[in-house]
Amino acid sequence: MNVVEDTRRGEVTVRDLSKSFALNGQRLPVLRNLQLDIRGGEALAIVGPSGCGKTTLLRILAGLDRPDTGEVLIDGHPVRGVGTERAVIFQEPRLLPWLTVLGNVSFGLTVRGLTQAEAETRARHYIRLVGLGDFEAAYPRQLSGGMAQRVGIARALTVQPEILLLDEPLGALYAMTKLTMQEELTRIWREEKVTMVLVTHDLEEAIYLSDWVLVLPKAKGALPRLIEIDLPRPRDRSESRFVAMRKRLMAEFGLH
Amino acid sequence: MTFQSLDSSPVASVEVPPGAAILRRGAVAARTKFNRYGLLLAFLAFWQIGSTQGWINPTVFPPLDKILAATWEGLVGGALLDDIAISLQRSGLAFAAAVGLAIPLGLFMGQIRAVEQALDPILQFFRQTSALALYPVFILLLGLGEASKVFVIFWATLFPILLATIGGVKEVDRKLIEMAATFGASRTTIFRRVVLPASVPSIFVGLRLSATTALLLLIAAEMIGANKGLGFQVMNAQYNFQIPQMFAAILLLAALGLTANALLVTLQRRLCRWADLTH
Repeated sequence: MNVVEDTRRGEVTVRDLSKSFALNGQRLPVLRNLQLDIRGGEALAIVGPSGCGKTTLLRILAGLDRPDTGEVLIDGHPVRGVGTERAVIFQEPRLLPWLTVLGNVSFGLTVRGLTQAEAETRARHYIRLVGLGDFEAAYPRQLSGGMAQRVGIARALTVQPEILLLDEPLGALYAMTKLTMQEELTRIWREEKVTMVLVTHDLEEAIYLSDWVLVLPKAKGALPRLIEIDLPRPRDRSESRFVAMRKRLMAEFGLH
Repeated sequence: MTFQSLDSSPVASVEVPPGAAILRRGAVAARTKFNRYGLLLAFLAFWQIGSTQGWINPTVFPPLDKILAATWEGLVGGALLDDIAISLQRSGLAFAAAVGLAIPLGLFMGQIRAVEQALDPILQFFRQTSALALYPVFILLLGLGEASKVFVIFWATLFPILLATIGGVKEVDRKLIEMAATFGASRTTIFRRVVLPASVPSIFVGLRLSATTALLLLIAAEMIGANKGLGFQVMNAQYNFQIPQMFAAILLLAALGLTANALLVTLQRRLCRWADLTH
């Protein structure tokens, strides 16, 4: 195996990326000339006010949208559309209601040509990893919001991506469920050694989960800022350095 | 009794005679049945008693036992079997043809926006044109034989299935399609594994609607120009003033409708088990 290739697994590079949308006949730029480097295995959170383009950036990384100019490189290869080395976790679980938990988690693998039996063996591992071992045969309608989101996470992990792209994955969950899921995401991220790019509107979540926080501004002329979260893990939300970091991030948004 | 069994230990609950438990369960089941069918039974009882007692005109509404006797005679004697067979053949053939055409066409039309947009106005126009009003046209084109009868039923059943299928495909959650796409699913895979299963409940709405329409049109077509079939027998018995026989044919038509619906419901339950599941 090529050693150089191996160290580059899950590396994301964004070069001169711009994207604008048409709004009432006018071009509305959301991303302007963005540069970004994420090393393999790192966790990056993207925060910013609504309309700042954070979800747009994630969708471009996923290959669901195309940039106007610039490019995204994954391990040095330019992104053209969706790819097997990336998996997306959406805000809504997006489960297929006619499939059981097992069927949903196997979905990605069967789409990629594995037999149902092979896919299920691997799916079972990840179903247990997200703590749903007893719910393999349950249908999505029988699950709570948190459980459904775990299924979505397991489905993304089952295809063993190098890069996990998460679009406000915990945004719709209750406060308590959310905290538990943040812990679980950290655990999964460390166990699976994936690169994680997370869009969130929750600054505490960004600090808790990530190595870097990218702050995307909405105002014209303001530049994106990349802030390193240099805190030991596991992180403690009430620890003084954590609190200080939160203050600093809030200051980025003019909040106190 | 209730309080006792509430705070009784497992040992105490064993002491409850099994016979009593079975009886109680039976009583609950009977009450559910009564709630559901009680009014129907009362209606039938009123008919029977009213007719024999002369509260209602027994020539128009003969007692139920006479109707049932006529039905039994028609079935066992074989007089009605031919009519049932030909009616089933007409509606079955037309329904099968409508299903065979409308579901694939609907799946195709729902996928491709341009096709759907181009065909929608003409579909709406045809749908609003009563199939019965067009029956004379079909007779002119296809003659008074089987072809025009089957065709008029086919025509009427085609549109509910077609429109329901198109609607089902169009209403598939785009987010699910996008999810499948992120796993690298091709268009055909997305169709087969997302669009098709997601459309099944909607398709069944169309199928059940069409099954009802099929029977309606069957009866109308058989009343207008036929010398066989259950619809013809209703009309024929009325001409000959054989009122119990007339009700026998009506009864069989109702049974046919109930059976068709029950079959579709069973199939739907099997295919869409996921849609019924709640907490």
